[in-house]
Amino acid sequence: MYRYNDFDRRFVHQRAAQFRDQLERHLAGALGEEEFRPLRLQNGWYVQRHAPMLRVAVPYGELSSTQLRALARIAREFDAKAGGPYEGRGGGFGHFTTRQNCQFNWIALDDAADVMDVLADADMHGIQTSGNCIRNITSDCFAGVAADEIVDPRPYCEILRQWSTLHPEFAFLPRKFKIAVNGASDDRAATAWHDIGLTLMKNADGEVGFEVRVGGGMGRTPIVGTVVRDFLPWREILVFIEAVVRVYNRYGRRDNIYKARIKILVKAEGQKFIDAVETEFRNMLERDVDGLAHLLSDADLARVSAGFTALPDGVAAVDIAHEVTAAPCSRPAAYVRWLERNVHPHKLAGYRAVTLSLKRAGQPPGDASAEQMDLAAELADRFSAGELRVSHDQNLVLPWVRANELSALWQAAREDGFATPNIGYLTDMIACPGGDLCALANARSIPIAAAITGRFDDLDELHDIGDIDLHISGCINSCGHHHSGHIGILGVDKDGMEWYQVSLGGADGTLLSGASVAGKVIGPSFAADEVPDVIEAVIDTYRAERSGSAERFITTVRRVGLDPFKAAANAVRRSTAVHA
Amino acid sequence: MKFIDADAPPADLTLANDADLEAASADLGGIASIALAFPKWTDGRAYSQARLLRVRHGFRGEIRATGEVLVDMLPLLARTGFDAVALRIGEDRATAERALAFFPQGHYQGDLVEPRPLFVRVAA
Repeated sequence: MYRYNDFDRRFVHQRAAQFRDQLERHLAGALGEEEFRPLRLQNGWYVQRHAPMLRVAVPYGELSSTQLRALARIAREFDAKAGGPYEGRGGGFGHFTTRQNCQFNWIALDDAADVMDVLADADMHGIQTSGNCIRNITSDCFAGVAADEIVDPRPYCEILRQWSTLHPEFAFLPRKFKIAVNGASDDRAATAWHDIGLTLMKNADGEVGFEVRVGGGMGRTPIVGTVVRDFLPWREILVFIEAVVRVYNRYGRRDNIYKARIKILVKAEGQKFIDAVETEFRNMLERDVDGLAHLLSDADLARVSAGFTALPDGVAAVDIAHEVTAAPCSRPAAYVRWLERNVHPHKLAGYRAVTLSLKRAGQPPGDASAEQMDLAAELADRFSAGELRVSHDQNLVLPWVRANELSALWQAAREDGFATPNIGYLTDMIACPGGDLCALANARSIPIAAAITGRFDDLDELHDIGDIDLHISGCINSCGHHHSGHIGILGVDKDGMEWYQVSLGGADGTLLSGASVAGKVIGPSFAADEVPDVIEAVIDTYRAERSGSAERFITTVRRVGLDPFKAAANAVRRSTAVHA
Repeated sequence: MKFIDADAPPADLTLANDADLEAASADLGGIASIALAFPKWTDGRAYSQARLLRVRHGFRGEIRATGEVLVDMLPLLARTGFDAVALRIGEDRATAERALAFFPQGHYQGDLVEPRPLFVRVAA
């Protein structure tokens, strides 16, 4: 993984010092809340329903065990800390997000500068994890190790991280701006749902370039990104993206927050937008003084790539013949299922990537306590060269596991509660923190997730249902990506009450899901206590309608249409039956 | 960075933050100073305008930030080509100057202070 150099290290400390200055002026009354707000947001500090929330950047999802321990320390020492204003509020945990970041919910603002120092000491920060700027770059959680990888996206992600970090021209865009990069044949980064989605590829001559999509996004207007370049040579990536963001900065709407994302501009202007970007791109290269400064050379790429192409210490390809593969009958069924669900193919012979499931009964999806983060760091040190990844699906991944250590890892992960063999199953759901914590939410997500997890606690049943994406958002801001779920659940507010819209047939662009598309709502909202019944009815309908056990949920929905699912869902209405 | 008093004479040319620079830059002869506007400090359009006036339109005179100009904008202003600011009434000049000094080793991307991005600087 990328290792900070002296420049990077000084930079995050300087940023922490700048934030401390701003925070102190705010706490002293010299900097009002209106003026402090964008500054704290660009350092990852929200003020939520009950308390401030800190979002820590995990650039393209890569995390060292040392960094995870720093996150554990923050959870332990600062989250709802003893003697602080939020003591006893049940803190002491982090929440991993779909954008591969980590959030804390109960840290006092008075401690914010100290927390940023702790992060800086571990080569971390909260820079641009919020605000109307270019956010943390996201990628495939298996980047650099995936068996189906075409080009390792991480060096490009790092180049983009550096370019976007405190870019002086783009700190106050019309709205937030999210970039995702994928380099494998399967799209595990939901590229089409981002403001810019980049797909690395090789052309017929073996040259590396990007397919560039612009203008994807969720929210109240879900739109899949438009391809504006089929193949952009990699050397031009920074210049081209700068052209896109500059056109957006100039023409993006600032009069209406709901129409301010670049997707609205792209949709409204169509080809005119693309023409404006291409004109700006040409102007930069042909007219601007120093316009070529951000073209990348082979040497630039090689320097950044060095930190990624070198295998971690102690990792080396293994002769496949040496792999220990016990006879299936000698292995416990739970282990076999874990091998099927939580273990993933690797590009390096003799290695596997392993998902540590953060989806289990009794804890919200993506949450990890301080103790659990320490345990995961320990597993990373023992089994994965000290490296982890945060996945878009809100799990942790160990990217460098020797195949002959899988059994030992399984036992250790089981003891630590990370071995639920449910990756890709219904209970491996995406969910935002929802109304329990978030000030924006219209409804709670966590109790809905818990109720569904409780309803589907039989692993054989989950196995029979098979691969399915269930995504839950507590409001239309769509942090829980309900639009792209095969089943999407959206919390809405009517007359001060929580209601839930259910949609079917969404796709995040993976091979399993098919081309990215927003799901369709199956009827009026349901009451909270109806939702588990609705999900069960929808699942039962799938099992009745599927052509065979190999047909996945999403395929059945597309084949038979929504009507049988609607009928089944309506049949279980109770309190909402009158308005159905 | 030059600090402009509230009662100083206006710049030779004032451009709105949605002004077309291609048209405006056609005739910059005799213009010594241009004021760019921040109607709200969170509206970042003028940063792009300043940068383009410098790198594309070759303007070497004064580029002045006007409107809701707060001390914490100073690093961004300096890096996009502004060399003069008319701070909003009540903003503290010493704080503004301190805001310019937090990143002595520079930044990652090229800007008007240091056109070479870090990846070029480390290679040099």
